[in-house]
Amino acid sequence: MTLLMIIRVAFRALVRNKMRAALTMLGIIIGVSAVIAMVSIGQGASASVQAQIESIGTNLLFVSAGAQNVGGVRSGTGDSGTNTLTVEDLDAIKREVPSVSMVTPTVNARSQLVASNMNWNTSVQGVSEQYPDIRKWTVQSGTFFTDVDVRTAARVIVIGQTLADNLYPGTDPVGQTIRVMNLPFRIAGVMARKGQDQQGRDQDDIAFAPYTTVQKKVLGSPRVQVAYVSAVSQDATYTAQSQITDLLRQRHKLTASEGNDFTVRNMTDIADAANETSNTMTILLACIAGVSLLVGGIGIMNIMLVSVTERTREIGIRMAIGARSSAVRSQFLIESIVLSLTGGTIGIILGVVFSLAIPKLLGWPTLVSTIAIIGSVLFSAAVGIFFGYYPARKAAALDPIDALRYE
Amino acid sequence: MSTSLILEPPQAPQAMLTAELPEARPVIQLDHIHKTYTMGDVEVHALRGVTCTIGEGEFVAIMGASGSGKSTTMNIIGCLDRPTKGTYILDGEDVSEMSKDERADIRCQKIGFVFQGFNLLSRTSALENVELPMLYLGVDAAQRHQRAMEALAAVGLAGREQNHPNQLSGGQQQRVAVARSLVNHPALILADEPTGNLDSRTSVEVMEIFQRLNREMGITLVLVTHEPDIAEYAKRVIVFKDGKIKSDRSIEKQRNAAEELKNMPIIEDDDEEEDE
Repeated sequence: MTLLMIIRVAFRALVRNKMRAALTMLGIIIGVSAVIAMVSIGQGASASVQAQIESIGTNLLFVSAGAQNVGGVRSGTGDSGTNTLTVEDLDAIKREVPSVSMVTPTVNARSQLVASNMNWNTSVQGVSEQYPDIRKWTVQSGTFFTDVDVRTAARVIVIGQTLADNLYPGTDPVGQTIRVMNLPFRIAGVMARKGQDQQGRDQDDIAFAPYTTVQKKVLGSPRVQVAYVSAVSQDATYTAQSQITDLLRQRHKLTASEGNDFTVRNMTDIADAANETSNTMTILLACIAGVSLLVGGIGIMNIMLVSVTERTREIGIRMAIGARSSAVRSQFLIESIVLSLTGGTIGIILGVVFSLAIPKLLGWPTLVSTIAIIGSVLFSAAVGIFFGYYPARKAAALDPIDALRYE
Repeated sequence: MSTSLILEPPQAPQAMLTAELPEARPVIQLDHIHKTYTMGDVEVHALRGVTCTIGEGEFVAIMGASGSGKSTTMNIIGCLDRPTKGTYILDGEDVSEMSKDERADIRCQKIGFVFQGFNLLSRTSALENVELPMLYLGVDAAQRHQRAMEALAAVGLAGREQNHPNQLSGGQQQRVAVARSLVNHPALILADEPTGNLDSRTSVEVMEIFQRLNREMGITLVLVTHEPDIAEYAKRVIVFKDGKIKSDRSIEKQRNAAEELKNMPIIEDDDEEEDE
């Protein structure tokens, strides 16, 4: 008896019980499609993080006040309690570190903005005039403020699109006056639309003013929380990172035994961290989906066991008319492999369909993963063999005399 | 399990009425077959030395009360079971020591089974049921189809090939089973109470098929039955008692099923009017 014939016998046996075969396959179908859809979501998220990081610029460095680890005590970076990063530090970086091309401090003041009869609560970022170049963020209308504005702590402001939409619907905000902390600011420009960031926050709900202005007139504090630094090139980021670290340690008069009271991070590290996060997420999602695949496999075993008991007489007949034990075993094994592989194939199709539909329905980016598809095919075949083997062996071990007498 | 626990000495064999010993080539040669089952601590002697020879083209009925050992004999003849002691030569091959797989192959090639309960695969067409033994023999699809069609025609079921067992009457199902037993051209057809589930007219019809196969195709038939009138359609009757052959005689006046059918009233039931 050839393999082809055994496959035929197995197919016929399954076709005789269409409903049950379909229900058994459902477990595998759901499992496989879930694995594919979940991995696609994970991979999509990962890809979009990557794309976003690349758009920010891989030569970007972050310098923040405070350390992630000081003497074993973790403190947040750039939080209000730390005062270790100053404008002078940043000037020194700009002046003394050759691998650095641009620097901007950021000081964040959350405040209520009032424009004639409307108001809006947003984050006012105090930055330098180089901010748009560093963040690769263009001004849509009007202009960004200048180094003169920074030096003179001028009351100029550049607003994001969300503010423009909400405070100046239908009118051009450039040149208008807006009140921040009851101080009138002249709107110099409107930033281009940036959309949502990775966490779904609106990046356009923001306003920029010279950091000197924000420090003196809004916050009343010379603190700098975070600075963005541009290295001259991507290759120079690690050099810049170590040079900045050396310089700041020297400036802060830290001894060798003391830890940094600041943190320098580069975009590559952040990208790696973000990737790690999304990979963990992907694995987690795939694991959850994998559990449903496992449950589907157990479903197959269950049905195959029931099937062996129910078809004891059939097994007896087959054996009496000349089927070897191995033929019976192969038949049941192939039935279960056919069930799981057919289920797997349908699952792949559904999974790919889901993966393609999710961006349209939920707006999440997805990336159909070939590895996930190949993996699910192999896994569903393995499920068929693994969970089909025991019932098949049970069928093959039956004695034809007893099997024929079974009612 | 038909077993006997009788410990009294076996009866002296009756004067053997073995008229005209078969001169044909022997198909079944049983030589001092013993079968002992161990049930816990008790040894049950189902067969206590059975010796007999059945030649090619014979039509033998095996009779005996429940527990006489006829079912055990039938299982051994059918290579479903092995004797504890003794030799069984089927169609020139010693099968008494064969493994499970070897016996499966022997059953496939040399034995056709017909059972009391028909034992067809449900939800499977008559044609596919008849094709099944050829599937295990490895016959190619075209030949399988052709031979199955011929076998079904031989038992008078031409035109019923696509019917499933539940669309056939008991007599028709048994005829499918007979066709299935035929297709691999076995050396022997073994029928275990084939009329047990059939009414008397259908029983005669099935016996008519058996007689025809025996007469026209020279097929060797072994029929296990407990009905004396069914046994009379055979040419030879072997009676078992207490695990031994009690008598082995040829039938002087074999009943002719074909003749009897002509004189039997045709009972107008569903499957008869559908027939052919």
